Amino acid sequence: MNDYIYYPGCSMEGSGIAYHESLMVVKKVLGMQLHEIDDWNCCGATEYLGTSTIPAYSLIARNLALAAQQTVGNKTVMAPCSACYLNLVKADHNMAESKVLGGKVNEALAAGGLHYDPGSLTIRHLLDVFINDVGLDTIKSKVTHPLTGMRVAPYLGCMVPRPDYGHQFSDYEQPTELDDLLRALGADVIDYPLKTECCGGHMAQIGPETAYEMIRRLVSTAENRQADIMVTVCPMCQMNLDAYQPETNSFFGTNYQMPIVFFTQLMGLAFGADAKEVGFGRELVSAKKALARIGVAAPAPAASAPRSKKPQGLPMPASKFQKKAAAEMAIKEGSK
Amino acid sequence: MSDEKKTPKEKIGVYVCHCGTNISAVVDVEGVRDWVQKNMAGDGVVIARDYKFMCSSLGQELIEKDIKELGLTRVVVAACSPHLHEKTFRTAAENAGLNPYLTELVSIREQISWVHTDKAVATAKAKSLVAGTVKRVVNNEALEKLKVPINANTLVVGGGIAGIQAALEIANGGFHVYLVEREPSLGGHMAQFDKTFPTLDCSACILTPRMVEAGTHPNITVLTWSEVTNVSGYIGNFSVTIKKKSRCVNEELCTGCGICIEKCPKKVIDDTFEAGLGYRKVIYTPFAQAVPNFPVLDQPNCTYFEKGTCKACEKFCPTNAIDFTQQDQILNVEVGNIILATGYDLFDASRMTNYGYGRLANVYSSLEFERMSNSSGPTNGHIVLRDGKTKPETVGIIHCVGSRDKNFNNHCSAICCMQSLKFAHLVKEHTGATVYEFYIDMRTPAKSYDEFYQRIIDEGTVFVRGKVAEISDIPRIPDEEGKLIIQVEDTLVGKQRRIPVDMVILSNGLEPRADAKQVGKLFGISCSSDGWYIERHPKLDPVTTMTEGILIAGCASGPKDIPASVSQGAAAAARVMDKILQKEVELEPVRATIDEDKCSGCRICNNMCPFSAILYIEDKGVTRVNPALCQGCGTCIAACPAGAISGTGFSDEQILAQIDGILMAV
Amino acid sequence: MTVPEGMDRPKAGLRQRENLALLHEVSLATAGVSHVEMCIQCGTCGGSCPSAADMDHTPRKLFAMLRAGMEDEVLRSNTPWMCVSCYHCVVRCPQQIHIPDVMYMLKSKAIAAKLCQDSTAPDFSKTFIGMVETFGRSFEVGLAGWHYVTHYPLRLPAMAVMGFGLFTKSRMSILPKRIKGMDQLKAILDKAKTLEMSE
Repeated sequence: MNDYIYYPGCSMEGSGIAYHESLMVVKKVLGMQLHEIDDWNCCGATEYLGTSTIPAYSLIARNLALAAQQTVGNKTVMAPCSACYLNLVKADHNMAESKVLGGKVNEALAAGGLHYDPGSLTIRHLLDVFINDVGLDTIKSKVTHPLTGMRVAPYLGCMVPRPDYGHQFSDYEQPTELDDLLRALGADVIDYPLKTECCGGHMAQIGPETAYEMIRRLVSTAENRQADIMVTVCPMCQMNLDAYQPETNSFFGTNYQMPIVFFTQLMGLAFGADAKEVGFGRELVSAKKALARIGVAAPAPAASAPRSKKPQGLPMPASKFQKKAAAEMAIKEGSK
Repeated sequence: MSDEKKTPKEKIGVYVCHCGTNISAVVDVEGVRDWVQKNMAGDGVVIARDYKFMCSSLGQELIEKDIKELGLTRVVVAACSPHLHEKTFRTAAENAGLNPYLTELVSIREQISWVHTDKAVATAKAKSLVAGTVKRVVNNEALEKLKVPINANTLVVGGGIAGIQAALEIANGGFHVYLVEREPSLGGHMAQFDKTFPTLDCSACILTPRMVEAGTHPNITVLTWSEVTNVSGYIGNFSVTIKKKSRCVNEELCTGCGICIEKCPKKVIDDTFEAGLGYRKVIYTPFAQAVPNFPVLDQPNCTYFEKGTCKACEKFCPTNAIDFTQQDQILNVEVGNIILATGYDLFDASRMTNYGYGRLANVYSSLEFERMSNSSGPTNGHIVLRDGKTKPETVGIIHCVGSRDKNFNNHCSAICCMQSLKFAHLVKEHTGATVYEFYIDMRTPAKSYDEFYQRIIDEGTVFVRGKVAEISDIPRIPDEEGKLIIQVEDTLVGKQRRIPVDMVILSNGLEPRADAKQVGKLFGISCSSDGWYIERHPKLDPVTTMTEGILIAGCASGPKDIPASVSQGAAAAARVMDKILQKEVELEPVRATIDEDKCSGCRICNNMCPFSAILYIEDKGVTRVNPALCQGCGTCIAACPAGAISGTGFSDEQILAQIDGILMAV
Repeated sequence: MTVPEGMDRPKAGLRQRENLALLHEVSLATAGVSHVEMCIQCGTCGGSCPSAADMDHTPRKLFAMLRAGMEDEVLRSNTPWMCVSCYHCVVRCPQQIHIPDVMYMLKSKAIAAKLCQDSTAPDFSKTFIGMVETFGRSFEVGLAGWHYVTHYPLRLPAMAVMGFGLFTKSRMSILPKRIKGMDQLKAILDKAKTLEMSE
């Protein structure tokens, strides 16, 4: 299961070029083959869907129709950008759910000599593929330069864990996938409860004040919890938290210097690649300080402890994640 | 298919009902009557009548009179569904001296007038169906109801308030009850509560006298730390196997002094009674007023069973009652009726990650709070934060956690609104804190419930109408530092609010027991898609099931408050006693019989019976049907390749004749 | 009685037109199955929304207005334009209503009725669409540039700094990319524009 039909998305060649560079390095190490959809078009982001329905879905469906024509592996399309991923999977899902929509979209596609049967492709996000196909054990085995000493805030953003039609992630609000991946790279993952909060999306252009507040919440919390760096899976999130951080600072009169990079960049580093090779230096808020922390001993425990203390008095209830882990352990140990 | 040119052998009376206008508005009732009179005389119809309300006493009298005066040998009533009035007309016929199974009711209401609008079509269909039943009834046989004796013992499964009530009522009536409870003590969830709404009675104070009464009643055998493992038989005659799990305590010698508990060096988190909020020893009684008061040794956690050391309990026991070699005991009992009062499980709120239960320290579940508020609980009744000492200054109580939610449980859990109001009162009483309540609707319907709501408003509780979206510990402004922030839309104002509190109490929904389905299968009853046990009729028969002899009471059939559970326990008891007092139970004679001469012993039917009513007789090489268990479903009849099985009430002759009638030209 | 011409707010006794079929219309026109008729007004959506503070009506209130047939107020509302598509609401909604899809639907309805409010979003979307329909790919420089020039000229200096930063790090291309199958895409989109969801 190493071949994927690949939908890069417009940002990979523009603002998210570091994502592209690091993905090319990482895929080689993991032995993945990415077959780009021939002549793919823009997915429409969140703009098209807000102006029309059939044209918006047809725009997305052209990509699905083209992908379906490529005979690769078990017909899995992989998209690294969260918005692209959600658009593709949503079009597939809604076309299947609503026969009216499916019919109309195919009518439009027919005008271009194309057709798409909803459900004929599996659509996955890059992170999902790493966790569930490649597996953490494999990733761990490829780590030659563990990121020990670097404190990372895992910021997943909103469109990957939600609405999660295919139930590929562990939770809508507090999924553990990105945390687990970063730990496999040797990094020190901080407790970051805002991991699926929205970055503001296109509000950065349309309603900046709203966006600045959302960016501020994310960046300030990472800083308060002594993160050295944030990672994300989405070019929009990276753009908002990185390129718009200076704007946010001037709006609030703050001075945050929280670098944010793509998670594949950290993967590349851990796999032994050069920082520049995986796109470091492309971020506007420099990650130099964070990179310097790798291999440095962790600061004294008192300073590194997160704000929330473990309660002394009454016992805590087991959360669903702990119960799931306990059940899996029980099965592993073969106890009744 | 016989040609009815010769004198018909039966005299049939046909009665077509108007049912007010329910039937006559769509079906031409007189037309049907006339048609039957004219066209079915050859089949034996001697009289056809129509009447406004056949089920009325005058309507029934019509039938009785005709039977006596015209010597009718068969009766066909065309009216509503047999579910409703088959019994009525069969009884009327019986009163006039005609075997009830020679009367048939054909539905021209539910199957015709209530589902068709075209009058011509409806009338034609009515004629067809009546003709079918007329031809069928000629082949009916006079049948007698089966009588089986009833064992006067009863099994009650579940020692919570509903089970205890049922057991006491039956025992007080003079009959023996086996009361089986899976936990070490009677009491159920009610024993965990602090106060009960709306009276604010202390739960243990009203429950424990009942527990003691049940525990000491001469007619009740209490079996705690026990489970039912097998059930076979049928109404009046069940054989039940009960596993009495090993306590490692000899009940003959134990005085309940509690020294073993005191001396036990190991503590574990009490996940059951203390809802995970407190600890217990490895050898323990769940609470001070446990009935019976014999401790239980938690073997999986015991140092002796793990490593072979310790044995402190055995050392210190003054009566030598500790027995590490004690085995599970298997008991077999015979009972006539079984009442399942197995209760509910609490919704696991950690499934709603947006509420942070299990991650954020100061978010509590409803049962955790009950234990905290209870003066004999892990905090001695002090309402405190998870650190065990700080009193909260603001508290938020959230309704509908895991209820009324398609993502978890679609149903409303019936008790949470009242429970949340009760919590508000308790919090205020213990701490004087500011209390917020977050609700979607206020459901306070029963006696004194709405007055209780008004009392809580009067006490100064702040009500916010909005389902809480999330609970966060990430502050956005300085005022939110160090607090839990409840983010909610105050729908009455139309704005999103972030309300900082110290503590959050969730009103978790009630769910069916995790093993309800398996337990149901054991007893031969089904669960609805929701997972609750299904009652025979949701309005008119809430404590019986479709399986004769198995009854349900309390939360096992759906969320309800204590008065409703008590009422159901009592209702189930009354039903059981009514059966016991009849000494025999009558079973409908509609069932399969096997012609043993035709049976080749192929045994194809043996595995098909859904009611386990088929037995293979080894020495004769034939299969036999147990008429008491057989429900007449017809599966074996259809399966038999030799046609050796026939169904009384559904013979081939009857069915083929009915088809003939239906296909008659109208 | 309907509101007289020139009177933009109803005065005592005069009611705005109600379109009681509105809820159903919106539900049918939404992509997928929306379930918006099932709303029990619990407020989870309004409570979850990260931009609720900036909306004139919370999502829940908007659905109540849909139910009341207040077509004009709904289409004038800035609520759908404030939606950031974070999907918090839909995963928490106890009736599993596809709220973001309803928001997209309302946006397109507002544009069609020419009733979109103060938001610059419709214009932004139109510019974006223009780029995609010309090149088949989004063109960030063109989009951002045009948007700031037409709506936020005062921010241009600050944006220029950011733009310069992005440009020097090769994260922004000056020239738009174009797909080969532009004719095919055009044919598809032209056909799509003639089709309606509710037919």
